[in-house]
Amino acid sequence: MHSLFDVRRNPKLAWAGIVLVGAALLALPFVIASAGTFWVRITNQAILYCFLALGLNIVVGFAGLLDLGYIAFYAVGAYVYALLASPHFNLHLPFWIILPMGAAVACMFGVLLGAPTLKLRGDYLAIVTLGFGEIIRIFLNNLSQPVNITNGPQGLYLIDPFRIGTFNFAQQETILGLDFTGPVKYYYFFLAALIAVMVINMRLQDSRIGRAWEAIREDEVAARAMGINTRNIKLLAFAMGASFGGIAGGMFSAIQGFISPESFILVESVMVLAMVVLGGMGNIWGVVLGAVLLSFVPELLREWVGPVQTALFGRPLIEPEVIRMLLFGLALVLMMLFRPAGILPSALRKRELEVVKT
Amino acid sequence: MTDDANRLALLTAKGVAKRFGGVQALSDVDFTINHGEIYGLIGPNGAGKTSLFNVLTGIYVPDGGEFVFDGEPLHGLKPNDVAARGIARTFQNIRLFANLSALENVMIGRHVRTHAGVWGAISRNAGTRAEEAAIHKRAYELLEYVGVQKRAHHLAKHLAYGDQRRLEIARALATEPKLLALDEPAAGMNATETAALKNLLAEIRRDGTTILLIEHDMKLVMTVCDRVLVLDYGKKIAEGTASAVQNDPKVVAAYLGGDVSIDPKAH
Repeated sequence: MHSLFDVRRNPKLAWAGIVLVGAALLALPFVIASAGTFWVRITNQAILYCFLALGLNIVVGFAGLLDLGYIAFYAVGAYVYALLASPHFNLHLPFWIILPMGAAVACMFGVLLGAPTLKLRGDYLAIVTLGFGEIIRIFLNNLSQPVNITNGPQGLYLIDPFRIGTFNFAQQETILGLDFTGPVKYYYFFLAALIAVMVINMRLQDSRIGRAWEAIREDEVAARAMGINTRNIKLLAFAMGASFGGIAGGMFSAIQGFISPESFILVESVMVLAMVVLGGMGNIWGVVLGAVLLSFVPELLREWVGPVQTALFGRPLIEPEVIRMLLFGLALVLMMLFRPAGILPSALRKRELEVVKT
Repeated sequence: MTDDANRLALLTAKGVAKRFGGVQALSDVDFTINHGEIYGLIGPNGAGKTSLFNVLTGIYVPDGGEFVFDGEPLHGLKPNDVAARGIARTFQNIRLFANLSALENVMIGRHVRTHAGVWGAISRNAGTRAEEAAIHKRAYELLEYVGVQKRAHHLAKHLAYGDQRRLEIARALATEPKLLALDEPAAGMNATETAALKNLLAEIRRDGTTILLIEHDMKLVMTVCDRVLVLDYGKKIAEGTASAVQNDPKVVAAYLGGDVSIDPKAH
């Protein structure tokens, strides 16, 4: 995949590849929409998961800090957006102000979580971050009294969509004879944002900061002896990861129009972590692939499990919802057994395999 | 101390002490390392050599005493601050970044002397690009300097043992240290590799870096070190030129066990 996009080494092939993939991505929502707008929504959700997985990849994949409460930052971003752009407080700030604000607040929470856990690693860090994720969710659930801030379990609704002047992302429009539904418009915005986030991640990885993260992951004592301020560099990883989660949260609020604490349960954290691990920890393409797969496969199974059973046995034997998660779990177990480094292992792991072969 | 001595001294330890529970790992250790010296630190296993390294580099906080490095005390500094001041070290049980390439290991050593932050990394502005190119170039030079340039793109953990030791030295040199502290760099090396290491140490010194060397290979210590400090049970038992220390009855006793009264001429 890298050779295909390597502009410097093979410019013709690379540009041809970029144009082809670009055209495919531009046409994608219309192709998908033919199967139903529902699938465009799933695609948008998949892009949000890519955001989350890329953010978590900074913390887990680059810096090697196991975070089981990552969804809390998604929640923070979502609630910042919802509170500032809904009838709840009767505030309706424009999205291009609130999205960065959500990122900033999530970033602050990232540092807040990072600071007390600087000396923890592995299992211990996982337990603390898991607790943090739950604390945030429980707060959101209960901050309806004495002052109603979050509206508790009922959640917040009628959240504003993205709007630039009179251009409303949630409204259907026909431009040049093409039907642009709300989800299709969001798709283009999300896609652009995703590409930006991927470029940022790639540049970070291949930089002085990225190397410092990897040094901490490999050997913290040696990293400090080499003059790396592990405290700052770790906090930076938490802050950066959290910011991406915060932006994704704001985008989630806008497309859903409704959020409640139920969207930010532990299983979501685990899901995002599974995307990172399944795709290939530390590899940006792998992480994106993991997020796309884990977003679509469960939905596809939901569609197919029922009909397949009817075709085979004449009637559905097992409830689709049950068998869906069963198959999904089985797939994850098999994956980890046969490709423990992920579907697209990071370049380092690949190099490792090459050396073993020679 | 006279002004002359001050000018000569790069590192001075005064009454350094460290206790772990009931074990006095270091007690009242004094010594001075001069600019441009190769200073040996020897002693039987458990004498406190590595503890001294850890106290010096900020991994442990000493219970008493202090280090003065390049005219300023190292008191209360964290390991990364100590590295920034100009002390780089290697580890007895090699601590490379195992899953990163040899080149990346050395590039990480440049961290403390470079400045690019998040914004530089994301924007890739001219300054950051120039800095990255310089890091890359310097890292290659250092790999050549220690002789593992052919392995630049191999993972550190796949390097031969001797190469790993040399890579650790390259990584330490990347931080531009004034004092290079090596913890048993010849451990596990064969005779050829040790000879090459000896030349490397001489070269590093010639290029202006002072070396503090913990080593068990006595032949190496005796040939490369200008002066040697001998520790036993956390105490300094001798200090001086290699040959003087070698014949010190206390040192012989510490290494061979038994009485101080063994006559070195008897065998």
